[in-house]
Amino acid sequence: MSSVAQKRGFGAALWDWMTTVDHKKIGILYLIGGGFFFVVGGIEAMIIRLQLLKPNNDLVSAGLFNDLITMHGTTMIFLAAMPILFGFMNYIMPLQIGARDVAFPFINSLGFWMFFLGGVFLNVSWFFGQVPDAGWTSYASLSLASPGHGIDFYAIGLQIAGGGTLMGGINFLVTIINMRAPGMTYMRMPLFTWTTFVASAMILFAFPPLTVGLFFLTFDRMFDANFFDHQMGGNTIIWEHIFWIFGHPEVYILILPAFGIFSEIFSIFSRKRLFGYPAMVFATVLIGFLGFMVWAHHMFTVGLGPTANAIFAVATMAIAVPTGVKIFNWLLTIWGGSISVTTPMLYALGFIPSFVMGGVTGVMQGAAPLDYQLHDSYFIVAHFHYVIVGGVVLAILAGVHLYWPKMFGTMLSETLGKITFVFFFVGFHCTFLIQHWLGFWGMPRRVWTYMDGQGWNTANMISSFGALLMAIGVIVLVINIIMTTVKNVRVGNDPWGDGRTLEWAIPSPPPFYNFTQTPLVRGLDTVWIEKQEGNATGLTFAEPVTDIHMPHGSIIPFFMSVGLFIAGFGAMFHQETSWGLPLLIFGLAWTFVAMAMRSLKDDLGYHVTKEEIQRDVNNASKGGQN
Amino acid sequence: MAEVEMYKRTPIEQDLFVRRSKETMRGQVMMFSLMIFMTLVSFTFVVAYQQGVEGFTKYLVIPVLFLFAAVQVGLQLYYFMHMKDKGHGVPQMFMFTGVVFAFLIPLTFVTIVWW
Repeated sequence: MSSVAQKRGFGAALWDWMTTVDHKKIGILYLIGGGFFFVVGGIEAMIIRLQLLKPNNDLVSAGLFNDLITMHGTTMIFLAAMPILFGFMNYIMPLQIGARDVAFPFINSLGFWMFFLGGVFLNVSWFFGQVPDAGWTSYASLSLASPGHGIDFYAIGLQIAGGGTLMGGINFLVTIINMRAPGMTYMRMPLFTWTTFVASAMILFAFPPLTVGLFFLTFDRMFDANFFDHQMGGNTIIWEHIFWIFGHPEVYILILPAFGIFSEIFSIFSRKRLFGYPAMVFATVLIGFLGFMVWAHHMFTVGLGPTANAIFAVATMAIAVPTGVKIFNWLLTIWGGSISVTTPMLYALGFIPSFVMGGVTGVMQGAAPLDYQLHDSYFIVAHFHYVIVGGVVLAILAGVHLYWPKMFGTMLSETLGKITFVFFFVGFHCTFLIQHWLGFWGMPRRVWTYMDGQGWNTANMISSFGALLMAIGVIVLVINIIMTTVKNVRVGNDPWGDGRTLEWAIPSPPPFYNFTQTPLVRGLDTVWIEKQEGNATGLTFAEPVTDIHMPHGSIIPFFMSVGLFIAGFGAMFHQETSWGLPLLIFGLAWTFVAMAMRSLKDDLGYHVTKEEIQRDVNNASKGGQN
Repeated sequence: MAEVEMYKRTPIEQDLFVRRSKETMRGQVMMFSLMIFMTLVSFTFVVAYQQGVEGFTKYLVIPVLFLFAAVQVGLQLYYFMHMKDKGHGVPQMFMFTGVVFAFLIPLTFVTIVWW
C-alpha cells in the first residue's frame, strides 16, 4: 500500500497479511512468529530454572521436565532463533542489494507458512499431553522407545518447518546471485548480505540430511520401518551421524547472520569501513565450509575410534582460526573509530567477550580427551548457551533495536533499550557462567532434580536468579515496543545518522516497491560514499523512473501448508485409527490441488505506474524528519 | 520485466550468431554420437561378459562401465545442460561443493569411523 493511510477492517488486514508476498511483510511475519515461539521457549526455560532452583524440587514431574527441555531446545533453535534471523534476512537483505523483492516471492510466503504451521504442529503436542521428550537431538534408540505420539510431533513438525526453511534458503541464494543492483559486485556486498548468502548455502547442504533423518524416524515410528532398529538390521548410531551432519552446520547457520548483524553495527557506530572486509568475507566462507567437516565432535564418546576422534578434534580447532580473524577485525573496526555507544552498539560490545568465552569452551570440548570429562555435564549446557545466547540472541536483540526504525518507522527508546541490555546481559552471565562450574562439580545435564548436599545448591540458585533477570530484560523490551508503537513518532530515512548501506537511503518503512529507481552501487558502503561526496540522498540511480512490475499476493501458500499440516495428523494416527490414512491422503491431495492451482493459473503480476511512484515520492518529501 | 523489446541484430552480429549456432550444433551432434557409441560399447562389454568371451572378466567390465558412466554424466552436464557455457560458474561451484561433501562424508564412514 502507498504511504496514504487507509482505514481498513480487521478482516481485510488479516487477509492482506495472509496473502502477502512482499518480502518486508513476510520478514515481519517471521519476526512475529519467531517472537511468539521465543516467548513460549522462554517460559519453558523459566519453568526449567524454577524446577532446578532448589534440591529435591517437585514443581514438575520427571516426565514433564523431559518434555520441557526437549521443547525448549527444539523451539528455541528451529522456531525462534532461525525464524527471527530469517525475518531480518527477508527484510534487510533485498534492501541491501538494491532489489525490489526476493527472487521467488510466492515461495517466500510458502516458506513462512510451512515454518509457522510446522511450529504450531510441534506445539499442539502440549494439548495432546504427548510431548517430544527425547531431547532436541532425539537420539534414535531413545526416541524409538518413547511411548505416545510425542516424538511423532517432533518428526513431522520439524519436517514441515524444515521444508519451509530450505525453501527460504534457496530463495535467498537465488536473490543474492541474480538480483543485485548494477555495480553491486560480490565484494561490495554488505557483510549481512554475505553472511545471509553463506548461511543460505549451508541450509542448502545441511537441511537435506535432516529431511532424510526425520523421514527415517517417521517411517520407523509410524510405518514399521527399521532404519534405526539394530535388532532388525538397522543402525541406531546412524541417526546421530545424520543429525549432526545437519546439526553442526545448523549452529553456524544461526551464528553467521548474527556475525553479519554485528559487522553492520560495528561499522555504523564506529563510523568506519569494516576493517579487513575481504578477510571477513573469506572467514565467513571458510567457517561455512569447515562447518560440514566437524560433525563427529558431538560424538567423541560414542566410540568412533581414536583416529576419527583425533581428525575431528583437529578440524574443530581449525574453525577457531577464521573466527579469530573475525573477532580481531571487529576490534580493529572499533579501534580509532568515532564510537557512539547506542543500544545496538552496546549489544555488539557485549557480544565480543561473551562469544569469545563460548568459543574458548568450544575449543576445550574440541579436545577429544577432555571431552570425555565434559560430555553430558552442565559444562556443555553452559558452552552452547554462551554461543547461542551470547552470540545469536544478543544479535537478535541488537538487530531489533537497529532495524526497528527501518521496519516500523519509529525509534525504540534508547533508555529502555539500555535497561533491557543491562538486565539481559547481567542475567545471561549470571545464569550460565556458574554452570561451567556446575559441570566441573559433576552435575549431569538434562537431570530433573538433584540431591541435597552435593554442593550444587547455591550455584543452581544463582543460575535461576539470572534467568529471572533475563526475563525482566525481555519484558522491558516488550514495554519499550508497546510504548514506541503507541507514541508513534515517525523517523526519516536514516534515523541513526550514520547508515552506510542502501537500506538507510530509502524511507522508513520503505514503500512496497522499495526503490523508486534501481540504485547504482559505486563501492562498498555505497550510501556512505555518496554522502561523503556531498550527495545528501545517498543514492545515485541507475535508471529513470519507470513502471515497476510487482507480483500479486496469493493465499495458495497458506493452503499448501495447511494440507501438509492435516496430512501430518493423518500420518500420526493412521496406525490406531481408521480415519488416519484417509486423512493423510486427503491432506496430501489438498496440497497437490493447491500446487496444481498455482501451476495452471497464470499470474503475471501488475505494474506500478510512473505516476503513482511520483506521487509517493512527493508525499514522502513532505512528512518525516531525521 | 514483462515488457517485450524488439531488437534487430546487425548483419555482423547475425553472421556471428549463425557461426556460433553451427559450432554449437556440431558439438552437440558429435557428443551425442560419442555417447551413443559409448553406450553401444558398454552393452557389447556386458554381452561379451555374459557369453564368456575370454578376457572380459567382471574386473574389467565393471570399472569400464563406471568410467563410461562418469564420462556420460560429464558430457550430459557440460554439453547438453550447457555447463560449459558462460554464466554457469555459480551453479558449478554449488554442484562441486555438493560433490565434495557427498564424497568426503561417506569416505569418513568407510575409513576412519568405526561404527
